[in-house]
Amino acid sequence: MSADTGTAAATTPVGSLEAHLRACRAEGRKLLIPYLTAGYGAEWTRLIEEVAAAGADAIEIGIPFSDPVIDGPTVQLSTAAALRAGTTPGVVLDAVEGLDAGVPLVTMTYYNILFHMGLKRFAEGLTRAGISGAIVPDLPLEESGPWTTEADAAGVETVLLAAPTGSDERLARVCERSRGFVYGVGLVGITGERAQLAESATTIARRLKAITDKPVAIGLGISTPDQAAEVAQVADGVVVGSAIIRQLIDNGFDACVDFVGQLRAGLDRG
Amino acid sequence: MSATPVDPTDGSGLTSLMGEPERGRFGPYGGRFVPETLVPACEELEVAFTTAWADPTFHAELDGLLSSYAGRPSPLTACTRLSEQLGLTLLLKREDLNHTGSHKINNVLGQALLARRMGKKRLVAETGAGQHGVATATAAALFGMSCTVYMGEVDIERQALNVFRMRLLGADVKPASSGSRTLKDAVNEAMRDWVATVEETHYCLGSAMGPHPYPWMVRELQRVIGIEARQQCLDLIGADPDVVTACVGGGSNAIGIFSGFVDTGAELVGVEPAGGKAIGQGVPGVVHGMLSYLLQDEWGQVVEAQSISAGLDYPGVGPEHAYLADLGRARYEQVTDAEVIDAFQLLSRTEGVIPALESAHALAWVSRARDELAGRVVLLNLSGRGDKDVAQMMDILG
Ligand SMILES: Cc1ncc(COP(=O)(O)O)c(C=O)c1O
Repeated sequence: MSADTGTAAATTPVGSLEAHLRACRAEGRKLLIPYLTAGYGAEWTRLIEEVAAAGADAIEIGIPFSDPVIDGPTVQLSTAAALRAGTTPGVVLDAVEGLDAGVPLVTMTYYNILFHMGLKRFAEGLTRAGISGAIVPDLPLEESGPWTTEADAAGVETVLLAAPTGSDERLARVCERSRGFVYGVGLVGITGERAQLAESATTIARRLKAITDKPVAIGLGISTPDQAAEVAQVADGVVVGSAIIRQLIDNGFDACVDFVGQLRAGLDRG
Repeated sequence: MSATPVDPTDGSGLTSLMGEPERGRFGPYGGRFVPETLVPACEELEVAFTTAWADPTFHAELDGLLSSYAGRPSPLTACTRLSEQLGLTLLLKREDLNHTGSHKINNVLGQALLARRMGKKRLVAETGAGQHGVATATAAALFGMSCTVYMGEVDIERQALNVFRMRLLGADVKPASSGSRTLKDAVNEAMRDWVATVEETHYCLGSAMGPHPYPWMVRELQRVIGIEARQQCLDLIGADPDVVTACVGGGSNAIGIFSGFVDTGAELVGVEPAGGKAIGQGVPGVVHGMLSYLLQDEWGQVVEAQSISAGLDYPGVGPEHAYLADLGRARYEQVTDAEVIDAFQLLSRTEGVIPALESAHALAWVSRARDELAGRVVLLNLSGRGDKDVAQMMDILG
């Protein structure tokens, strides 16, 4: 489909996360990648398993950080509570190691968590915990070299974000270096529920689909099954975070799992 | 301790001190660790500043504003009574006499001019003590721009006067209510705002910190302090000072005055609050777009600073200071709140100058180190005036 994946990508073996997502796509299934905050709620590990069973194709696991600059009030609330409950990166990796979610897991955390632990140690820690990929939202392409070197060596797929503010030329470079999937940023802003789907969500999806054949999932601001379905008309799938955490905060564990099921149904309806 | 090694000779190699940082690096420090959405805006800003800074028209405009609006050059005051009492020669660079009461206006006027050139109609800023917020609100009023200032809830309380001042100037002051509810969290909120409004908004960052090009740009805009002070010292005493000292929050007033003396024999001493000693602790980390020294716990969670002074209540430090510290070209000392309270009163009583609590940190060190400094010429950057701190000190001193 695209020539832009280039020679570097061609020589890089496709990782397990990307292989899984490509296989889902090949079956005509739209990708659902829910975000959950590690350490938020006593049963957060069971929630990962239940959300997987409710129809997730991969799960993004947020490791709480003290200064989450890309996160809006909902995710902030959950990560701050998790931190107060004593959730450390070590606690998260140990807990996840014992899980069998049945779908690939991807961490989402800020660079200082990796940097402080040591990049190699963090990458190996992910592998040991059975986590396939990593999203580091404050680590743009230009700064990503030291981490991706270690991640590649450990077999961890680093998912890069591609934003609406990026030029075509930049988006192409981001797609080329991204592993697992390409995370299209659906709006110019921070995470959080939105009543309306931003126009930028479908625009960025279209721009990315035109230049890469890696799976493209759009995240940020996608809040309802209908919105998810609308974006997935263009994209390969969606990442949903704040809306899921909001269900958990307001209505509890079962409602949260149920909501993920509704997102699945919305995507399947198309 | 961080397991990720930081080698001072790493990165782009040793660029000449206080030159333009190659790829935004000061040795291994600095960089641009921002969300993808902001990368193009940082690149655009870098190009805009590089172009403007090479443009005589820009300099003429800025210099005009600095003199006719901000009141530059700021004077150099030789302290007589205090020099005698401490047994040294103390010179004060009087940034407290600038319009809006601190060095922050130097940076803000430059960034506001730049924002106008870039066609931005709105300024967003963080503030700790409120001095940078007041300066930004002032520039926004002057340029007819809209302005939002984020300030930690704790600081809104202890700097009520500056909050009112900003509102008087037409700015929208928004509380940062997460985390420590101080400067660190105000920066988070300002960055979140900027991520969402980047197309029409310029983030007017208040110190020599944050993602490239800010640490470099803010240093260049504060360089005027060092350039003036060097000449003023020559005029007054016919020599460079032996020691140049300044308080360090993010590090802008310090880097501004250091830049005038980095190529002299003067000893450069930055003074941090004991409760916010990022350099004193010496653990590198990444937050707010930069790699630098950072107070953090064993897992890399940023630790909240603790200082009597809202303007220094910050767990990080600008990356060029981390580099100067590693190189040994500058050293960094720590003072306690109690020492600062003493210094605040000392300068008020002996020289009739009420310093900002931030600036009083530098004096607190001079006062403590008087034996070491005996007979030497010490240039102290009096970064701001203490009017904003009077109510807080009234509570403390009773
Ligand atoms: C008077 C004064 N000095 C110093 C500072 C600290 O900032 P910096 O370290 O960037 O000079 C502040 C910050 O609010 C200030 O108001």
